[in-house]
Amino acid sequence: MLEELQFGFPLLSVLIFLPFVGALLLWPQKDPDLLKKSALGIAVLEFILAALLLWRFIPDSAAMQFSERHEWIPPLGISYHLAVDGISILFVGLTAFLTVLIVLYSWDAVSENLKTYFMSILVLETMIMGIFVSIDLILFFVFWELMLIPSYFLIKMWGVGEEREYAALKYVLYTLLGSVFMLVGFALLSLNYHNVTNSYSFDFLELLTVPVPVGEQILIFWFIFMGLAFKAPIFPFHTWLPDVLVQGPIGMSVVLAGVKLGTYGFLRFSFPLLPEASTNETVVVILMVLGLSAIVYGAIIAIVQADFRRLLVYSSISHLGFVVIGLFALNFQGIQGSLLQMINLGFTTAGLFFIAGFLYDRTGNTLVDQAGGIAAKMPLFATFFLIIGMASIGLPGTNGFIGEFLILLGAFQAHWIYGAVAVLGVIFSAAYFLWYYERAIFGPLGEKVPQVLQDLTQRETIIAMSLCVMIFWIGLYPSPFLRMINGSVQAVVDRLERGSVASIEFDQRLAMDSPNTRLLVKE
Amino acid sequence: MSDLIVILIPVFPLIAVLVNGLVGHRYSHDLAGRIALGSVGLSFLCALNVFVGVMSDPTPREVIAYSWIFGGDLNINLGFLIDPLTAIMLMVVTGVGFLIHVYSVGYMHGEEGFTRFFVYMNLFMVSMLLLVMGNNYLVLFIGWEGVGLCSYLLIGYYFTKVSASKAATKAFVVNRIGDAGFLLAIFLIFVNFKTLDYTKVFANAGQLSTEMATAIALCLLVGAIGKSAQLPLFTWLPDAMEGPTPVSALIHAATMVTAGVYMVVRNHALFDMAPFAMATVGLVGGITALFAATIGLVQNDIKRVLAYSTVSQLGYMFLACGVGAYTAAIFHLVTHAFFKALLFLTAGAVIHSLNGEQDIRKMGGLSKRIPITHAVFLIGTLAIAGIPPLAGFWSKDEIMAHAFLQGDFLGYVLYAFAAIGAFLTSFYMFRLMYLTFYGQSRVDPEVDHHIHESPPVMMVPLMVLAGLAIVGGFLGVPPEHGWFHGFLSTVATPLGAVPHEVSTGTLIGLMAVAITIALGGWGLAHYMYSVNTTLAEEWSERFAGAYRTVLNKYYVDEIYDAIIVEPCKRLGQIGDWVDQNIIDRFIRGIGHGADASGAGITWMEKHVIYGGLNVIGYANHVLAGSWRKMQSGLVNHYAAVIVIGLFLLVHLLFVWLVGTSVL
Repeated sequence: MLEELQFGFPLLSVLIFLPFVGALLLWPQKDPDLLKKSALGIAVLEFILAALLLWRFIPDSAAMQFSERHEWIPPLGISYHLAVDGISILFVGLTAFLTVLIVLYSWDAVSENLKTYFMSILVLETMIMGIFVSIDLILFFVFWELMLIPSYFLIKMWGVGEEREYAALKYVLYTLLGSVFMLVGFALLSLNYHNVTNSYSFDFLELLTVPVPVGEQILIFWFIFMGLAFKAPIFPFHTWLPDVLVQGPIGMSVVLAGVKLGTYGFLRFSFPLLPEASTNETVVVILMVLGLSAIVYGAIIAIVQADFRRLLVYSSISHLGFVVIGLFALNFQGIQGSLLQMINLGFTTAGLFFIAGFLYDRTGNTLVDQAGGIAAKMPLFATFFLIIGMASIGLPGTNGFIGEFLILLGAFQAHWIYGAVAVLGVIFSAAYFLWYYERAIFGPLGEKVPQVLQDLTQRETIIAMSLCVMIFWIGLYPSPFLRMINGSVQAVVDRLERGSVASIEFDQRLAMDSPNTRLLVKE
Repeated sequence: MSDLIVILIPVFPLIAVLVNGLVGHRYSHDLAGRIALGSVGLSFLCALNVFVGVMSDPTPREVIAYSWIFGGDLNINLGFLIDPLTAIMLMVVTGVGFLIHVYSVGYMHGEEGFTRFFVYMNLFMVSMLLLVMGNNYLVLFIGWEGVGLCSYLLIGYYFTKVSASKAATKAFVVNRIGDAGFLLAIFLIFVNFKTLDYTKVFANAGQLSTEMATAIALCLLVGAIGKSAQLPLFTWLPDAMEGPTPVSALIHAATMVTAGVYMVVRNHALFDMAPFAMATVGLVGGITALFAATIGLVQNDIKRVLAYSTVSQLGYMFLACGVGAYTAAIFHLVTHAFFKALLFLTAGAVIHSLNGEQDIRKMGGLSKRIPITHAVFLIGTLAIAGIPPLAGFWSKDEIMAHAFLQGDFLGYVLYAFAAIGAFLTSFYMFRLMYLTFYGQSRVDPEVDHHIHESPPVMMVPLMVLAGLAIVGGFLGVPPEHGWFHGFLSTVATPLGAVPHEVSTGTLIGLMAVAITIALGGWGLAHYMYSVNTTLAEEWSERFAGAYRTVLNKYYVDEIYDAIIVEPCKRLGQIGDWVDQNIIDRFIRGIGHGADASGAGITWMEKHVIYGGLNVIGYANHVLAGSWRKMQSGLVNHYAAVIVIGLFLLVHLLFVWLVGTSVL
């Protein structure tokens, strides 16, 4: 985990700032068509860079790769430190992938203030990329907070619901409330570092070299937890989610439902930095109970939702419960499954939001009683809906199964009762998805369904098709993805098992054998 | 038999799925049908090759395609296991599957969704093949849920019908209950064996404690009950008859629903360790066999009678597993695949010729109008009723003999269930025969002139299946020592089985009883529906309460609705209300109380931290202010407030830590 590999080219910086610069380039443009094409071009270019990153990434390794480090505020030990490892690498790819799809989706779906919209989307991409590749706590925090700005405007200005202003504010304030606690947690970590070494640092890798007293760890854990729990959102901190995802624009819903920032934070910071707190029995039981409650609670509420987007919100809460119990199973399968599942949700839950968007654009709502028999009018739509939905409920052969299976296996190994309760989610998820599908897509044509209903356009088909490719790729041949994450997952598990003191000694012995920083060379 | 041929068995139909699914709309139905049919045919040829290979060398062989899920101490391959049990299943799935595909080309001719139908059917073949070929539990599970998906899609094939789409959802969700049990079994197996490969698990099964073996076996049983429609999860299968008839034949009679039986037999090493689980398997099977048969007595839909009959016959297979007669279970699975596929397809031909009519009260006298269809249906009926020397007699007799010869109380109880069930089976099948094919015609005049024999593409598969239903039983003759038993001896012999010596007299006695029962059922049906035709109606009036209860399937669906489905929905509504009105309020309350929590944190700063972390207090003031304004409705300034607040927040942190401003 401490080993750093450099690339010889600041690929990560380019990855962060390319969309931002791109957004600035959009500024003087006026022609909507050109605007769309340039936005798409930038998003695609970013995706190619991300693909390059994934391609050059060395799998089965716990090393921090593509590392870049520049001093920023030396007295405080704050640096501009970027790197990716197995924990973050797939998120980078996912973010770039989803942004391309969002731009494609927005082509016709968004008409007002097109320029600002695309600029916001691209700036948002910059911030999210920043979150995933920052390994300095303050740098991470800055991106984490700045992400709220484009999000706020996206929800407020391009939201589809009546109460979008309320939703935008609610989102920002809730997240901010949590972040304040998180910042305190970070500050405490740095102060502890100061206690030991007499200098400050917010550098994740440096903080890893200093043990934190167990009592303080638990305090810090809960501070950071607050920030992550609101963002994730973890039950019962989730109540902004229904408002935002229903009132906001589809593009924003895709990001919020698909890019699991909150749970990523546990794996990135809480587990490695606070291993004793993360394995503390009380902490684990509390988190497990929250996770299991979310699974059952979210799924049961999802069953009765009449609006597909609200259904997705609660299914998303339920799925996040799975991610939480996988993480806090604290064993290899659980953590591996959770990490993979976070990525999977970016294709399935986010994919279903695109599907909801396709429907919304045609009928002006996603309510079940306004639909019915849509399969007859839009067979292609119905097919993709079913495939992505089946992936979302974890049908074997799709990506959702791999993640869900590993999580359940991990939870079951932690304690059989966790696995046994979580398995209920498998049943309920089938119930809520298929019941909606039966009433909205099957059956005779609904009375309120518009007579003219065009099936998916070419652009929409491309979106759905690329999601399906990822769904089946990860479902049937997950090997490349598993190899990318396995090294880092093992490192996290080792750290949790050994505890901080033993891990630090282990790292020191390792460091004596080989220098920590070297040049990334790939044969 | 090379590895490639093994891998190709599921790959051929998979290619057909992709081709027909992606570009099928660009060419004619004929071509799509040919691709679908050809793929299954090729698959059958490969399976035949594998089968012949296993006949000459029955040693189990593993073929690994690639490493699927791995990491830590887990490594799951996408791999296949070829042994006699798999070989038998392969022949049933691809053989019967191919015949049903041929039939379907005729049956589905002219349907708008012809190509879609064959995509689903081929996808089903892929899943079913993975299910029977997998070398570990997870590959089995891909197939297991894959066939469930295809079943869902095909039940809901006529998706514009409300009843069809409801039945589809029901089938999938009920199956998922079973699947959840199956998943738990998989987890238990992994925890105990650290692997999911059959060979390693079964080799070490002896090390399990009885309790653990029982737990695993019962969880597996839950899965099997769901998939094979046993009590209490059988309710989806009768509704599944909403699908096109070839689907009922392939999925809901011959192959998918028998997956539970296959799974139990495959795992017999675990079941053998758990006597309690075995007894449960036997009882579930026995009770289901009897229970479903009683419902079958009074149904008026030709396909529903057959559906309950399927549930009942699957019960026999479970009963066989429960008394350790694994070979007999698989034997009955095979013969049942022949005669039940035959019965369903023939029922399809009848429905086809009657322009979609399924109600047997509107049939009658068809034997003269469609004699060939009548003949093959009669063969199927004789086979299932247990009239020697047709296939069903041999396999059912063997199951009943096994139960009887177990010699304990449970064995006799199960024998009694099976015997009564056999009588009822014979009765309701001949009732169906008489009402459909004999007596006066009750056919609607409009459809009457339309009655015709089905085209050869449908009739030829029927004749092949009829032939199999006649001679299939001889695979297992003489009982316990036939070719079938020798072939499966390495994979389906219960642990510690002692070859029992039974006198020929006892065996012949049991056979005589079985034959008497079958003929008795036939005789009663003949009397009620041919000689004294008013009797049935009289009885239904005299025992009105009982009759209505059975006609309404003991109200099981209604009971499940009342105690499970509705409470779940109500719980969801309560949860929805709680979420909006209590949890959200509570969290907003935290926001309102930010002043107070600010004070709390300020206290903590001073005592826990070194003191002076004013930034938190400040942030909370900013926040608290925002919350208040949010209430007052001045929304537009917040973004600015937040940004400024953040800047100040970070800035103050620097100031506090460094002592000077860095800005």
